[in-house]
Amino acid sequence: MSEPVLRLTDVSRVHGTGAAEVHALRGVSLAAYAGELVAIMGPSGSGKSSLLTIAGGLDSPTSGSVTVDGQDLGAAGVSGRARLRRTSVGYVFQDFNLIPALTAAENVALPLELDGAGRRSARDAARKALEEVGLDGFADRFPDEMSGGQRQRIAIARAIVGERRLILADEPTGALDTETGEDILKLIRARCDAGAAGVLVTHEPRYASWADRVIYVRDGLVVDEAGETPGLSLVDEVEA
Amino acid sequence: MSVKHALLALLEKPRYGYELRAEFEQRTGASWPLNVGQVYTTLSRLERDGLVEAGGTDAEGRSLYQLTEAGKVEVKGWFDTPVERTQPQRDELAIKLAVAVAVPSVDVGKVVQQQRNATMQALQGYRRQSRSGAGDDLAGGLVLDRLIFAAEAEIRWLDHCESRLRRAASTSTAPEPTESAEGGAR
Repeated sequence: MSEPVLRLTDVSRVHGTGAAEVHALRGVSLAAYAGELVAIMGPSGSGKSSLLTIAGGLDSPTSGSVTVDGQDLGAAGVSGRARLRRTSVGYVFQDFNLIPALTAAENVALPLELDGAGRRSARDAARKALEEVGLDGFADRFPDEMSGGQRQRIAIARAIVGERRLILADEPTGALDTETGEDILKLIRARCDAGAAGVLVTHEPRYASWADRVIYVRDGLVVDEAGETPGLSLVDEVEA
Repeated sequence: MSVKHALLALLEKPRYGYELRAEFEQRTGASWPLNVGQVYTTLSRLERDGLVEAGGTDAEGRSLYQLTEAGKVEVKGWFDTPVERTQPQRDELAIKLAVAVAVPSVDVGKVVQQQRNATMQALQGYRRQSRSGAGDDLAGGLVLDRLIFAAEAEIRWLDHCESRLRRAASTSTAPEPTESAEGGAR
């Protein structure tokens, strides 16, 4: 099998020191390959969101390594990580994280413009991405003129614009009803089918079932995995 | 499930045995395959009970069955009455977990995990079916949704069992007597 788009090797993350020390992740290894969607499930506080922020370079591990598209995030430095976040990684959050003063198209174009793309080519790419998520005709609307499902579609368009190879979604359906949530998963799944690698954090089995593999995290450890091709990530024993 | 009533209801229009089976399977998204022997056995029992009767033959000479007046009343009664829930069905999984908790040599956590994996794989299978268009027809789609909701509920319940087991394990080893008292009261 080819190199994974995302690889976490023995990643640990400790917050605080001494008595206040909290181990958010304790030696997690996993990989996500092009064309596959991996779901991460676990209760609140299990470390699943920490795992995602570290995978996307928003936070750094205390130990262990993270590579995205073969590039070591630790060695990339702050500006290298920022660049990678703008070009290779797309995020989708539960609360959409859109800029209210920008239109749908401007929100989607923003990462491209920050990366130095010309205004016109960025807007063209944004319109194309909005079309892909079924929002053609909404490019000039502001987020607060749109429904929750539509806002999350903008966020997905922003996450996929510019051919990003890694889509990281943290409870993207959390604020949506079941049917709208299913539509959002359909879009993420379609992007993975088109060749991106996706990592979805969710506590909802129905959304996790869109993934090829489902990884369970408890107390900062990967404890189990379900799916058709298990064994691609390391499985640790849970400590009682 | 009541195959008898489902078949009766589908006899709103006269049908022959194979046709009835095909209609049942198509309506329910092929989730509960029936063999044609079962269909004919059921039909002859329904005939004996006066709920269906022979309804002549079709152009190809196949024997048709149709509802009697009593059969129509029976069908109406079926739709008018909620499916009974007063007696929970015997649930092997609930029984297995309850017994596993009581038998010290069994690793209950492992039983939970194995079941959750199996159910998640089933859920992924339903998802593949729905993505491949199996649920596009309304009746089949509703059945598939039912299977998805049921698998989802089972996984949620297993997650809940797991966290209760972990909480029970941590309170039983906690040094503070007040904590274990609190745990015991839960």
